[in-house]
Amino acid sequence: MNPLQITNYTLLTALGAGVEANWQGLNAGESALHPCEFYDIADLHTWVGEVDGLDEVVIGREFSKFDCRNNRLALQGLKQDGFIGSVQQAKSRYGGDRVGVFIGTSTSGIHQTERAYLARQNEHAALPGWYHYEETQNTYSVAEFVRLYTGCEGVSVAISTACSSSAKVFASAYRAIHLGLCDAAIVGGVDSLCLTTLYGFDSLQLLSDEPCRPSDRFRNGISIGEAAGFALLQRFPEAGGFSLLGYGESSDAFHMSSPHPDGEGAYLAMQAALHSAGMEAEQIDYINLHGTATVANDLAEGVAVSRLFGNKTPCSSTKGWTGHTLGAAGIVEIVFSLLSLKHGLMPCSLNTQQVDSDIGINILMKSHSQPVKIVLSNSFGFGGNNVSLIIGETV
Amino acid sequence: MKPVYIDAVGLAAPGLSCWGAARAVLAGEAMLKPEPLARYRPQLLAANERRRATHIIRLAFQAGEDAVLDKDIELNKLAAVFATSGGDLDIIDSLCRVFSGPDRAVSPTQFHNSVHNSAAGYWSIGTGSQAPSSSLCACNYTFAAGLLEAVMFATVEVMPTLLVVYNISAPPPMREKVPGNTPFSMALLLSPQKTERSCARLTLKLVTGVCDESEALSAELDPMRKDNPAAKAIPLLELLARKMSGSLMFNTTSQQFIEVNMMQC
Repeated sequence: MNPLQITNYTLLTALGAGVEANWQGLNAGESALHPCEFYDIADLHTWVGEVDGLDEVVIGREFSKFDCRNNRLALQGLKQDGFIGSVQQAKSRYGGDRVGVFIGTSTSGIHQTERAYLARQNEHAALPGWYHYEETQNTYSVAEFVRLYTGCEGVSVAISTACSSSAKVFASAYRAIHLGLCDAAIVGGVDSLCLTTLYGFDSLQLLSDEPCRPSDRFRNGISIGEAAGFALLQRFPEAGGFSLLGYGESSDAFHMSSPHPDGEGAYLAMQAALHSAGMEAEQIDYINLHGTATVANDLAEGVAVSRLFGNKTPCSSTKGWTGHTLGAAGIVEIVFSLLSLKHGLMPCSLNTQQVDSDIGINILMKSHSQPVKIVLSNSFGFGGNNVSLIIGETV
Repeated sequence: MKPVYIDAVGLAAPGLSCWGAARAVLAGEAMLKPEPLARYRPQLLAANERRRATHIIRLAFQAGEDAVLDKDIELNKLAAVFATSGGDLDIIDSLCRVFSGPDRAVSPTQFHNSVHNSAAGYWSIGTGSQAPSSSLCACNYTFAAGLLEAVMFATVEVMPTLLVVYNISAPPPMREKVPGNTPFSMALLLSPQKTERSCARLTLKLVTGVCDESEALSAELDPMRKDNPAAKAIPLLELLARKMSGSLMFNTTSQQFIEVNMMQC
């Protein structure tokens, strides 16, 4: 593929607001996970990566119908790191209708629907007047909010393939730019805490009762986080900086909520990403794993990685810092991978005490400072939907 | 954009229960009898997956299977784009009811079925296809956005790509907030090259501005088109059924639209 320049990027996670705050947290090796006190939940013993201050965010009269936790998270994310300024430059350079918007989310503003149901006096009552379905619950609402807030008039879509959503947007934006439908694109992901995912993952017995421990011998599930992250992609390379170099997509064709035990789909996605980048496995300096800390995911991903890369390539999951941000995990981990490239840091597998001996890959127990030129990042979702992305220095 | 070819068509809606049976209605040769769809039994799913399949998954399968079954198509080679506006509104309603009650224990099957890409997941399991699949939403513009994504995918990745666009109506109390009463599902198998199965050639052009979207040729089908974001496909299906060439317009956002040029082949 022709590399796509990553002009600017921003990230809002429990670890921090903005790229610098996330870098400080990553470099310090401090987890942002806390015992769950989200909303009115009192019966779940789990840890979450909750972003502070969202209850106080004012979304503004113009967008009042869009007001919900997910769009507040999106708004706070967009305001950081001079991102809007970069978007304005792209709009001036190419025209507003040549800048597309591709946003990944798994649950969009479903928490607003949960609150609307809770506000009813009885089970036959109507939903309250303050509830706006299209601008909050509908999967597209966050993409439409980003589109209207930034004034980008180009191709726009919400991609919702569960936990690979905001990695998938890179492939979709690449195709649109490649075919000349737009010249630049905001890609990103926004997913916020809600009762649906917290109680849902609990029902699948996939929630850990401690901070998640990816690849650990005694790992017992995920910690859920929330995040908003965005990157601006452009057709034309600029001097320096980083680019999307390759992408690969696949399906497991195995089970809705369990990965293929041999990591077959993960293997195909990573192989396709290498192929699209025109690279050999040896050229990858570091792999940011999907690494959810469920027993099945980390084992299957380990099988796939070792089959393609052997046991030397340094790997880690960064979910110990932020939790699993679900539909936003792809963009969170691409930004972390950009930080790896920029600062020459391969982050450790935070919270991991003893690597599972059945995971035969090079899991980093300590962060390493050394030059990093090419990173592969994995994102896998329910429904067996897999994406691998490769980023590196712009050549 | 380069043209793609329509190799197969599938349909499921009240009174239009499959492409073969619906052609006469779409061609204006028979009256629409809007009988509710019977509960569909997906043929590609094994018994356990079929048991877990919800209404919206069955609806998506009904159109998808109508398009590709019994046609000597290598199902495990197909990429897929699944497009729905509301997703599984029945499950969202059911989960939200549980959260309003005293015991918040939800069903694990219901939770994994709640994802926007549920039908795509079941489809890859049913067909054994490890090819890429995407699931998307553009609210009222979901049909056009799905068509655009599927055409882009087939063109850039050079793979036969199945597009399924489907949407169910919301149960109360969400129904007051979500317009639409009619379930609708349609499927197109798109090929980047002409094959022996190709029945029409599609060329898309993205235009900035707002269009007056193509209406149904048949006045009796137009209310259905307006009732469900997936049913905006009706004018395209009518051209296919009538073996006509023509040009159609669909908004992809509130600021852009696609011109769809269709040539019979």
